[in-house]
Amino acid sequence: MSYAKRILHVDLTTGKTKIEPLKEDIAKKYIGGIGLGMRLFLDNSKPGTDPLSPENPIIFATGPLSGTMAPSAGNSYAVVSKSPLTGGIAESKAHGFFGAEIKRAGYDAIIFTGKSEKLVYILIDDDSVQLMDAEYLKGKSPHDTEIAIREDLGDFYIRVSAIGEAGEKLVRIASIINDEFRAIGRTGMGAVMGSKNLKAVAVRGTNDVNVGNLEEFTEFIKMIHERMKGPATRKYRTLGTPENVLVLNSLAALPTRNFTQVTFEGAEKVSGEYLNERYVKKIIGCATCGMRCDHIGVVPEGPYKGATARVEFECLWALGPNCGVDRLDAIIEAIYQCDYYGMDGISAGVIVSFAMDCYENGILTKKDTDNLDLHFGNAEALVEMVKRMGSRKGWLGEVLAEGTMRAAEKIGKGAVKYANHIKGLELPGYALRTLKTAALGFAVSFRGACHLRSGAYSPDVKGKVDRFKIEKGRGKLVMDGEDLYNVVDSLILCKFSRGVFFEGLEEMAKYYTLTTGIAMTAEELRQAGERINNLARVLNIREGQGTREYDTLPPKIMSVPVPDEGIAKGAVVNQKEFDIGLDDYYEIRGWTKEGIPTVEKLKELGLSDLVPIVKKKLGPQTPKKKGKGGK
Amino acid sequence: MASIYEKKFVSGDPAKCVGCCVCEYACSMHHEKTYNPTKSRIRAVRLNPFVNLAVACRLCEDAPCVAACPRDALEQSQETGIIIVDEDKCNGCGWCIEACDYGAIQLHPESKVVYICDLCDGEPKCVEWCPEEALDFTTKDILAQKSRVAIVKKMFQEALKATT
Repeated sequence: MSYAKRILHVDLTTGKTKIEPLKEDIAKKYIGGIGLGMRLFLDNSKPGTDPLSPENPIIFATGPLSGTMAPSAGNSYAVVSKSPLTGGIAESKAHGFFGAEIKRAGYDAIIFTGKSEKLVYILIDDDSVQLMDAEYLKGKSPHDTEIAIREDLGDFYIRVSAIGEAGEKLVRIASIINDEFRAIGRTGMGAVMGSKNLKAVAVRGTNDVNVGNLEEFTEFIKMIHERMKGPATRKYRTLGTPENVLVLNSLAALPTRNFTQVTFEGAEKVSGEYLNERYVKKIIGCATCGMRCDHIGVVPEGPYKGATARVEFECLWALGPNCGVDRLDAIIEAIYQCDYYGMDGISAGVIVSFAMDCYENGILTKKDTDNLDLHFGNAEALVEMVKRMGSRKGWLGEVLAEGTMRAAEKIGKGAVKYANHIKGLELPGYALRTLKTAALGFAVSFRGACHLRSGAYSPDVKGKVDRFKIEKGRGKLVMDGEDLYNVVDSLILCKFSRGVFFEGLEEMAKYYTLTTGIAMTAEELRQAGERINNLARVLNIREGQGTREYDTLPPKIMSVPVPDEGIAKGAVVNQKEFDIGLDDYYEIRGWTKEGIPTVEKLKELGLSDLVPIVKKKLGPQTPKKKGKGGK
Repeated sequence: MASIYEKKFVSGDPAKCVGCCVCEYACSMHHEKTYNPTKSRIRAVRLNPFVNLAVACRLCEDAPCVAACPRDALEQSQETGIIIVDEDKCNGCGWCIEACDYGAIQLHPESKVVYICDLCDGEPKCVEWCPEEALDFTTKDILAQKSRVAIVKKMFQEALKATT
């Protein structure tokens, strides 16, 4: 049994803790990670809670594989809360070393509520849980915090997950970072920690983590290790995800200058090839994993000499082509600054590009930017703006620290036209006008714009569908992707390793069974993925969102045709095809036309206790007609 | 060949090691039938992304741990060089832990006696599992040979190119 069967509650207001058992049926139904985290969130929160108030719980949840030798999953944890960026349900995962430590300390999940009077960190040493003074850590980066705590306590093997200055200052895109480079990046979870005056979670665990069937489990992971040396993970072990730069550029799918163009003339200079040749100093990996994916880039010379960051496609793109910047030294520096202040690199890049777009279009002037020349392509201005955002410096720094959606409202003057977010979460690096399955997938994702909630860009990029249109059938592609990814994120498997499961859910179910000792079939696992998506949707509905009008695309994607010459010229997502996509998706999900899960669907998934939440929204419809609620 | 060179031990290569701890998990799985790096006989250290190394017992000649034990609980095998712990004599005082320059001796959290790499009866599981092939089961003689060949190759790379 690889579950610790214990959930730790920590009230930061009173400093009191308590332990609640994790029931086996809940464990099986919600698996762990984001699934378990969201269920615990539902059970421990009230509707309409302000995300930055003491009442908003923040949950650190491990997966069933955390703490075991499972490659790519033995090292992971997820964080769930209500997002200060979207106002809806939020989740993010990270790997490295930290996650396993929570499990070894004897917990499946930790639920933090309340707010400490002073800045504290929590020290979890197996059964001992203490709040420790963290005033001396104020303003320190997550990594410096980690070093300081280890040195203070004189224990090298303490693992730390911490926020930086951005989290302390409630920057809405603040991240939580563990093991120097691994981030709970998206949806602003760092700000929630900051709002609780919780600087860091430091854990030392010494307990055994046992699996259901050690012999068969060992054989299974031996097989996964071998597969990880093969073609399924080649990309991640060689050029890494920055390989995408040239691939997407050749497909006219690389968003450039705040999603204005879809190709970047400087792509070669920021390509994975160029990066690896000149900047990558070493490729390292996480605990228990046989794959090597962490491409550690170091700037060898120039003004940013010495800047060190783990470089992945998304942050490289967001702070590079998306800002019109073709200088890898500045991009690595900007990623480093995001890690230093503790901010989501994707959101940070898209917010800066939004500001640049406003500047180019005369909505922001030098008066607003404190004399910073915010033209696209100005690498120095990019780095400076990231720093200002991370420390809320200056008027613009303050405004942008609120995220694109709020910044656009605050700036006014039509700035919303340039705001690239969905539900408040900034778009990742896929051009949605030329990858339209992705457009649909991003729009319906429960945490806002996200490529990792469904992987819906995959059929587009691989040429499995006509990527220039949305038609019937795309709903199922998105749904299947979502349900699978919900399973992946609840087992908390690294998504880079998804290709090593040749038999998909069949093998994941076997993995679960061998690890936990709880029998699970592929169909049960698939249904758990579906259950988790419905749970997330209902949580959003509970927070006054989660319906059709929230499944949107940014104005630029819907109304400005692609200007680039060539195959993509003129491409845009029109309302008609978008509606076809939404209708198709809701129908295959068994939801109403308004995107609300029906009573029947919730009952089918064992979520009867959520029925009262949707009933209010469904209104006085006749629930007798099977499969149809809403209008 | 002199017998000293037949004694094989587990040696990490800092150029290859990435600090992933797979060795620790493999060790605890084999010896303890559980996953728990704190019960591993080999421990990985990551100082920063570029400096990683896993360390286990190096089979010192005239092992200081043996000399340090006030209760004669440690004995070095003449044949293999491994340190054998007499669990009845060991009382967990930790003198040997202090004597070991490599941190290769630890106190077992449950049995409260020290435990040291025993080379898994000649087939070390950490070496078998290491994904980077960063661990060698080798002798000091072979290690010296490797370093020697590597440095000569480096010094004479131009000459090598010209002759092959």
